[in-house]
Amino acid sequence: MSVDLDQRDPLVIAGEPLRSRLLLGSGGFSHLDRLEAAIAASGAEIVTVAVRRVESAPGGLYDAIRGAGARVLPNTAGCFTAHDACQLARMAREALETDWVKLEVIGDRRTLLPDGVELIRAAETLVGEGFVVLPYTTEDPVLGRRLEDVGCAAVMPLGSPIGSGLGILNPHAIELIREAVTVPLVLDAGIGTASDAALAMELGCDAVLAASAISRADDPALMASAIRDGIAGGRAAHRAGRIPRRRYAEASSPEMGIPEL
Amino acid sequence: MINGQVHELEASATVADAVRVAGAAPDEPGVAAALGEEVLSRGAWAGTELSDGDRVEVVRAAAGG
Repeated sequence: MSVDLDQRDPLVIAGEPLRSRLLLGSGGFSHLDRLEAAIAASGAEIVTVAVRRVESAPGGLYDAIRGAGARVLPNTAGCFTAHDACQLARMAREALETDWVKLEVIGDRRTLLPDGVELIRAAETLVGEGFVVLPYTTEDPVLGRRLEDVGCAAVMPLGSPIGSGLGILNPHAIELIREAVTVPLVLDAGIGTASDAALAMELGCDAVLAASAISRADDPALMASAIRDGIAGGRAAHRAGRIPRRRYAEASSPEMGIPEL
Repeated sequence: MINGQVHELEASATVADAVRVAGAAPDEPGVAAALGEEVLSRGAWAGTELSDGDRVEVVRAAAGG
């Protein structure tokens, strides 16, 4: 059933149709086999990875992700300047044989919030070098539009800080970004559980990226499938069109024809 | 310097040697190397000789969001 829905309603990023509206982060899993189980349960086709010096990055992750049938999306996590993010993206492209990059340029260590100025600069440079740029950004409609203007293939606003599990703190802003950009919108950080993912989709996001919510759950594979279902439900609800909120009740049973009792 | 550590290599050492010293195999998938600011294609590793004071970075995929 959900497979049929996905085929009728594919997500297309940079011209590529994707089966799954869930992108999975590979961080936080205690073992590779838990990551592999989560990939299978999530149905995710895209799994993000960081890029680090080899002594800090045990081999096997790249093969494990590809072996599980997913493709790798490198990020530039850990970079605080456009220069560093671009350089890491170039290394990632060479290492992982993909032009796609999840662009992160962080402005603050405690909150890990993006630095919008450096982000725009890096996005512009990487688009110019032929990258498919998927930027992690604040929930700012103006910045989202600027990212689309410089050629980003998607816009990925946060719901709340990375790893916080606080969900979507400003749903109104996510709706405004939806109105501001035409490229795919991917809710990228703060998801804590399935209902957060469902809300993201109801607000008009095209996909959700979840990492900690799945990897740090007691049962990552079960949470992966729960979030997958949340996304499917939220997407269907968005397409179906919710009823307007009303201040008072509107009877759903006829008011005429009530018998004399 | 290879990944921030000082190493003494032979005079004719190449980027491929630096990749080995860093702990990766030159034919291992998922590895990239940069010499200073320049990210080298894998095909260029064996033919690129190192000079004194060169800075090499060797990376691979790590778990991350």
